[in-house]
Amino acid sequence: MKNLVILGAGTAGTVMANHLVKKLSVKEWQITVIDQDPRHFYQPGFLFIPFDMYNEKQVTREKASFIPKKCNFILSEVDNIDAEKNVVNIKSGKKKINYDILIIATGSRIVPEEVEGLAGSSYYKNIFDFYTIDGAVKLRQFLQTFTKGKLVLNIAEIPIKCPVAPLEFVFLADWFFTKKGVRENIDLTFVTPLSDAFTKEKTAAVLSTLLNHKNINIVTDFSISKVDSDEKQIVSFDEKNVEYDLLVTIPTNMGSSVIERSGLGDDLEFVPTHRSTLQSKEHDNIFVIGDATDLPTSKAGSVAHFEAEILTENILRYINNLELKEEYDGHANCFIESGFGKGFLIDFNYDVEPVPGKFPFPVIGPMSLLKESKLNHWGKLAFRWIYWYVMLKGLPIPGITATMSTKGKQID
Amino acid sequence: MAELKLGKYTVETGEDGYMTNPDQWNKEIAEEIAKQENIKELTPDHWNVIEFLQKDYKEKGSIPTIRRLKKVGGIDTKELYKLFPEGPVKKAARIAGLPKPKSCV
Repeated sequence: MKNLVILGAGTAGTVMANHLVKKLSVKEWQITVIDQDPRHFYQPGFLFIPFDMYNEKQVTREKASFIPKKCNFILSEVDNIDAEKNVVNIKSGKKKINYDILIIATGSRIVPEEVEGLAGSSYYKNIFDFYTIDGAVKLRQFLQTFTKGKLVLNIAEIPIKCPVAPLEFVFLADWFFTKKGVRENIDLTFVTPLSDAFTKEKTAAVLSTLLNHKNINIVTDFSISKVDSDEKQIVSFDEKNVEYDLLVTIPTNMGSSVIERSGLGDDLEFVPTHRSTLQSKEHDNIFVIGDATDLPTSKAGSVAHFEAEILTENILRYINNLELKEEYDGHANCFIESGFGKGFLIDFNYDVEPVPGKFPFPVIGPMSLLKESKLNHWGKLAFRWIYWYVMLKGLPIPGITATMSTKGKQID
Repeated sequence: MAELKLGKYTVETGEDGYMTNPDQWNKEIAEEIAKQENIKELTPDHWNVIEFLQKDYKEKGSIPTIRRLKKVGGIDTKELYKLFPEGPVKKAARIAGLPKPKSCV
C-alpha cells in the first residue's frame, strides 16, 4: 500500500482529494488528508459579512463533510514536513505519517505582527481585518455605529490573497454608507503599495475611474512602515502619513507556519513551485497547489480549481513514470463586486491580462468581462452555491476550462 | 526597443527605460542613470544595494523584494527609502542595469 498525503483541507486540498479518490486504486493507494481546523470557510463570503449581507453560518461548513469517505481524514496540527525522510510529523499523538507523494495545500494567512504597531491594543477596537471570520464579524459590529469619520483601507504588502477584495471592500463601503444616509460624513481612502489601483493595467484603468466616480480617494506607492495608533495614523517608510478613525487592514500575507518549520518556503513562506507542472522545485515527490505556491498568479479559489485539474493529471503521470504536463497557464477568474447590486468579471492568465469580452461563451456570454453589470453581481452571489455543491466536489463547471480560453475576448 | 544616451555611452533599453543588454552596463552608466532618477551621487551605501541586487538577480533570476533586501541583504528598509526615495527597488534596479521588477498579481 502506498501513501498519498494532502496537507490542508481548504479549497485546493479538498478538490484534490475529490479528484484523486476517483482516479487512484483503493487497493494500491491510501489517501490521507490532514488539517488543523474542523471548519471549512467559503472565504469569498468574508467580504460580505461586515456589510451584513452574509452571516457566519452561510460561509461555514464542516471540513469532514467534503472529504470523500474513502480518504483518511486527520484533524491535527502539523509540526513539520521532513522532506528528506518523506514524513509528516503531526502533533496529535506525536505521530509520523509517511508519504510516497505529498501535496502541499496549506494556503496563506494574514500576519499582522509583520507591521510595527498593527497588532497592538487597537486591533479589533478601531483596526480590523476582514480576511478572517473573527475580523469580519468584529468589523460588522463596529460598522453598525460608525456614522462619521475617516475610513482608511490599507494593503500592507504584495502579494495578497484575492487581490480584488480590498477594492470590492471600498466599493461596498460606499454603497453601505450611502444606503444608511451617512456617506457625506465619511471620508473613504484606499491606500496601496502599488503604483495604481490594481496590478493589471487595463483593469487598473477601469477601477481607478470607478474609485473616482464613487468619490473614493486613492493613495498609491505607500509602503507601510508602522501604525501609530495613538495619533491614529499610518506612516510609510518615506514618512508620509494617512490619518484614520477606522483602519481596515490587509496585513502581510504569508504561507503556513508549517512551511516555515519545515524550511520549505521563500521569504514569505510560500513554496517554490514549477509554474506549469505544479511540482515542488526542490523535491520531485512533493506537489504544491493553491495559495501555498509562490506562483505569479492570483491567490484565489478559481486558481486552485484550475490547478487541481492539471495537478490530478500530473500526479497520475508521476505515478506512471511519465513526463509531467507543462499545462498550467496561470488561469484565474474573479468576480469583482462594485456596489449597488453590480459587479465585474475578469478572466486572465500569466500572459494575458484581463480584457473586455463575453464569458464563458463568445458573443452570448452571458457574463460580460471587464464591464460592470447586474448579472455579474448575481453570478458572484450564485457562486456560493456552485462552490459548496459543484466546485469542492471537483465537478466540472460548464463552459469553464482549466487553461484560459481567448474565445470571446477582445485582445489587442 | 529604444536607445538611451548616457554621457559618452549609448545603451539599449526597453520602452520602460530599463536596460536590456546587461553587457553594456558599467559604473559610469550607473552614475548617469542615477542622475536621471534625481540621485546626485552614488555613495558606498548606494553601491551596497546595487551590488546586492545584481548578485541576487544572477543567483535567483528575479529582482529581490524589499523584504528580501532586509532579510537576506541586511539592508534596513527606512535606510533604503532614504537612499532611493519613492519606489526604491524600481529605481535601484534601473541603476543596476537590471529589468524592471514585476509586481505580482
